[in-house]
Amino acid sequence: MAKSRILSIAPEAPLTLPSEQGRFGAFGGRFVPETLMPALEELEAAFRQARSDQAFQEELNGLLVDYAGRATPLYEAKRLSRELGGARVFLKREDLTHTGAHKINNALGQVLLAKRMGKRRIIAETGAGQHGVATATAAALMGLECEVYMGTLDIQRQAPNVTRMRMLGAQVVPVESGSRSLKDAVNEGIRDWVTNVETTHYIMGSVIGPHPYPIMVREFQAVIGREAREQILAKEGRLPRVAMACVGAGSNAMGLFHAFRDDPVELIGVEAAGHGLETGKHAASLSAGRPGVLHGAYMHLLQDAHGQIIEAHSIAAGLDYPGVGPEHSFLKELGRVSYAAVTDRQAVEAFRLLCRTEGIIPALESSHAIAYLRELAPKLSPEDMILVCLSGRGDKDVAHVESYLEDNA
Amino acid sequence: MRTIQEAFARAKSQGRAAFIPYVTGGHPDMATCARLIAALDKSGADIIEIGVPFSDPVADGPVIQTAGKIALDGGATPAGIIELAAGLRDQVSAPLVLMTYYNPMLAMGLDSFAARSAQAGVAGVIVPDLPPEEAGPWLQAAREHGLDTIFLVTPGTSRERLQTVLRACSGFLYYVSMYGVTGGALRMDAKSLAAVQRVRQAAAGLPVAVGFGVAAPEQAAALAGVADGVIVGSALVKRMLEAESAEQGLAAASDLALSLSGSLAA
Repeated sequence: MAKSRILSIAPEAPLTLPSEQGRFGAFGGRFVPETLMPALEELEAAFRQARSDQAFQEELNGLLVDYAGRATPLYEAKRLSRELGGARVFLKREDLTHTGAHKINNALGQVLLAKRMGKRRIIAETGAGQHGVATATAAALMGLECEVYMGTLDIQRQAPNVTRMRMLGAQVVPVESGSRSLKDAVNEGIRDWVTNVETTHYIMGSVIGPHPYPIMVREFQAVIGREAREQILAKEGRLPRVAMACVGAGSNAMGLFHAFRDDPVELIGVEAAGHGLETGKHAASLSAGRPGVLHGAYMHLLQDAHGQIIEAHSIAAGLDYPGVGPEHSFLKELGRVSYAAVTDRQAVEAFRLLCRTEGIIPALESSHAIAYLRELAPKLSPEDMILVCLSGRGDKDVAHVESYLEDNA
Repeated sequence: MRTIQEAFARAKSQGRAAFIPYVTGGHPDMATCARLIAALDKSGADIIEIGVPFSDPVADGPVIQTAGKIALDGGATPAGIIELAAGLRDQVSAPLVLMTYYNPMLAMGLDSFAARSAQAGVAGVIVPDLPPEEAGPWLQAAREHGLDTIFLVTPGTSRERLQTVLRACSGFLYYVSMYGVTGGALRMDAKSLAAVQRVRQAAAGLPVAVGFGVAAPEQAAALAGVADGVIVGSALVKRMLEAESAEQGLAAASDLALSLSGSLAA
């Protein structure tokens, strides 16, 4: 793909959604402490300005191409397709970006924005560590100070990424509160931002949080779908029947879906069913939650009758979040995207399947999308194509999967 | 039980700023919490804030987080905190104000939350994650049931935003003294005191109370010179957390409340 064709964010697209108030239908908004309101207004203004600034676009495009390694390939997984039977499967290889996951697309965009706003310090939350690594990488590249909040449970199960962040010069701040995972890391990130808002930019890693984060992160990730759409048209001369991605908070899914919104393409998000939806130990907020307000936005949440947030569970640290991006809530309500859920066990089986059939070690997060393929692909015909976002690579997960297999042999 | 307006007027007539302590509802347990509120009422509290514990309190520092967690683990619910207030209405003369995050209100239903709070004698509600831009549905419910909604402003709030906040705000205006979460380090230089005075001028008669980080009588005394009220939360909750028994905690919190309320004379 020619360099000039890869637009990082689309300056011509109007901000029709979300609304001025940051609403996707009823969802989204800006439910934050007053201290953050001026910062969010400043961020929104900077983002709007950057969207229409040629110099910003070029700088980001340059980094995405020369530094992050875009465009990522669209790869037809023939042995996997043969094993599954039915439809042909194409993988959008976000695992091949620099740092090994789609998170770098957003981290580079937001770090450039932070520089424009004159912020010297970057903070982020991370679950699987992929967003933390991407942010630490981008901050190192720009010479900015970086602190990453991470739950102690996640520090334990994603140890390789903790080391990577430290090597990159970031400080990893362990979070002991609550479920000691992604939700609590976001809480600490918000508390830090409230305290240091004058000097600090908070790089949220997904399409959650108060406006403008959900649209901003979607725009920085939309490169995934734009490339994939062009690539499949170039290869096959037609669109896929289905485009699908795993959904934790939902940034790789929004990045993929956005380009296909107006196409006759079925969109499927795959949530983490953990031990099973019926056990209550899962992270499927769209499949099993109800709307409420957390971390600045109105969205589907796992919560009890009193509005207390329930701890999510997933074997994939990056999906282990009790909420979901407000635009996903909106797309679900519209019926434009359907959402399924697969269990830890199914995800681990899919992890092994992709290793064995294609020689690709997928992230446990992405393995959830692969797992749902096993249900979907056999039902379709060999004429049909399924596009799957392989959002990240699984090097970080190999030890965790090995011990899971030992414990569940 | 006085109204919020009466509480500020009374303090003013006595030549002092109002003393507004905060307690985490249901901490360390419901019964002790009720006794604490009654004790604060006797130790010079003009208005008492009762925190409704929430699983993810992003505006709170470690002290109030810990107390909230203990309360939740002990079975505290929003409905239970409203009942606590109802049980106290005939015992205390200070008006009671709930401080809660938005999601528990949504979960109960905004109208139901307002109706039950008003019925319990609650005078107003503070919602730190509900800025005026998002507050329309709640304000409608609150006004229907005669509840005040107290909004927050910070040192970073622009003059224009201050007007937006003031249009939505009733009861009093909560001035967050610094950038940070509850219990953080308070900045008390001439510049920050002048900022309080500017907000107070703009508030045009609506009382302004200062909170977040006020821990010592000297700080409270300095703020009393520029504000209509001084809010103290974490410092009191910390006394309860550090106490070896409920009795000891009640005594320590009452002692601090007495010295704080005594420091507020102009």
